[in-house]
Amino acid sequence: MSANSVSLAYLVAALLFILALKGLSSPVSARRGNMFGMVGMAIAVIITMTITRNWAYISLAIVVGGSAGALIARRIQMTAMPELVAAMHSLVGLAAVLIAMSSFYIAQHGEALHLSNRIELFIGTFIGAITFTGSIVAFGKLSGKLGNKPLRFGGQHWVNLALGLVMIAFGIAFSMSPSWTPFLIMTAIALALGFLLIMPIGGADMPVVVSMLNSYSGWAAAGIGFTLNNNMLIIAGSLVGSSGAILSYIMCKAMNRAFLNVILGGFGGGEGVVADAGDGVQKTYRSGSAEDAAFMMGNADSVIIVPGYGLAVARAQHAINEMSNMLTEKGIKVRYAIHPVAGRMPGHMNVLLAEAEVPYDQVVEMDEINNEFADTDVVLVIGANDVVNPAAKTDPHSPIYGMPILEAHKARTILIVKRSMAAGYAGLDNDLFYLDKSMMVFGDAKKVVEDVIKALQH
Amino acid sequence: MSVVDPLVTNLTVFVLSIVVGYHVVWNVTPALHTPLMAVTNAISGIIIVGAMLAAGPVQLDVGTVLGFVAVTLAAVNVFGGFLVTQRMLDMFKKKGK
Repeated sequence: MSANSVSLAYLVAALLFILALKGLSSPVSARRGNMFGMVGMAIAVIITMTITRNWAYISLAIVVGGSAGALIARRIQMTAMPELVAAMHSLVGLAAVLIAMSSFYIAQHGEALHLSNRIELFIGTFIGAITFTGSIVAFGKLSGKLGNKPLRFGGQHWVNLALGLVMIAFGIAFSMSPSWTPFLIMTAIALALGFLLIMPIGGADMPVVVSMLNSYSGWAAAGIGFTLNNNMLIIAGSLVGSSGAILSYIMCKAMNRAFLNVILGGFGGGEGVVADAGDGVQKTYRSGSAEDAAFMMGNADSVIIVPGYGLAVARAQHAINEMSNMLTEKGIKVRYAIHPVAGRMPGHMNVLLAEAEVPYDQVVEMDEINNEFADTDVVLVIGANDVVNPAAKTDPHSPIYGMPILEAHKARTILIVKRSMAAGYAGLDNDLFYLDKSMMVFGDAKKVVEDVIKALQH
Repeated sequence: MSVVDPLVTNLTVFVLSIVVGYHVVWNVTPALHTPLMAVTNAISGIIIVGAMLAAGPVQLDVGTVLGFVAVTLAAVNVFGGFLVTQRMLDMFKKKGK
């Protein structure tokens, strides 16, 4: 096949990838979009197959990797999606490093690389290497294998900066006179940097980190595209790179955090944030039973459910769907209000609810539903805390001041399902719990919802 | 006029793709941000093309072996990414269906 027809086929594949992303603008068109993506990938792979000679071995490698991927895709639990995504970023990073090494090896035994190719090779390799180890750390933290505690030591930023400069120095040395020694040293430093950059970041900031590594994996692919002069890789890599960058931005905004602040560590692990013990005055709250909650919701005209990650931890998604179906059958308007950081990655809570068969048209994003709390009879906050803390709006001294919140406090009655009065992720007290119109329902989220269902049946 | 350096062509494609990506991704509904990440995972598996080219030369040596390993890794992303996206999207249903 001629180089021109290959390039034209790549163009078709690239357009299909753009359509795949475009499809995600609505759940209705998303599945067709995903099909476009698959077709695009199939075209790209098949057309590349015609210009390689080792197609038998390559097919074998695709079958092996593809079966592993398919198996994981079928088995993975939706709560574990963040880990899966992080693991997949690390594979792209490692693949980028291997391809760069291979290209350099081939170049040493054949046509020498131009200066610009060597610089591109250097850039592609170090982005890939940082993505690889950074994603492994993110995977470890998300799956709980590494512990949630951020690792910090004195002068950390200076060490990272020094390592970064040394890495660039070896990169320049490699670009000037290509040989394995500077290349391997540069790669090793980049691998260490990926590890050191992500280790200090705490669990609460993981949605930003996963999005950022998503972006890096795209830039790594684009970097390899520059090295190989392959437009397909550049286009697809840039699409992924900008997507991850936008998601990082959205996540930072949802937490009211500066991107640099997240990357340099802090907050997420609880360091420096002292639980706000209030003014020392013992505040009083009202508590009630699941039956009381059922009575209040059963007599309401409208109910908004605010789910947090605690709901998923308690595996109460299916129960909450059953409960909301019962309320809907009574003619009560039920909706779910989703904060952008309700789950462990962007959009995670939506997937968890969708898995429990909650219809997506009942699930509303923060900006759309915030005006409606004031007209709502009952808000049920379940497994969430900081995202409904009014201090984010009213108390300039609060560490979460300025963070956008779901304005649950404006509703007529607020029910809060919680294990105890313990503070949330950010270690803060929540004034919402002490309002006269609030009622605490203590207990495990799943147990409480099941008791509400029982009470509604009577 | 002299021939355009491939670097310049690559840069042109790169910058335009970022602009396209920027506009397309802002239109993605926040409800589908997790599927978006999964499908971009699959799309970044396009690095499989680079891996196949690295594994292409007929003689088996360090270069091609590295290429084969990279093909295997990227294939995990391609298949895993698209299939898990499909699985998630199948869950998003309208009321009463």
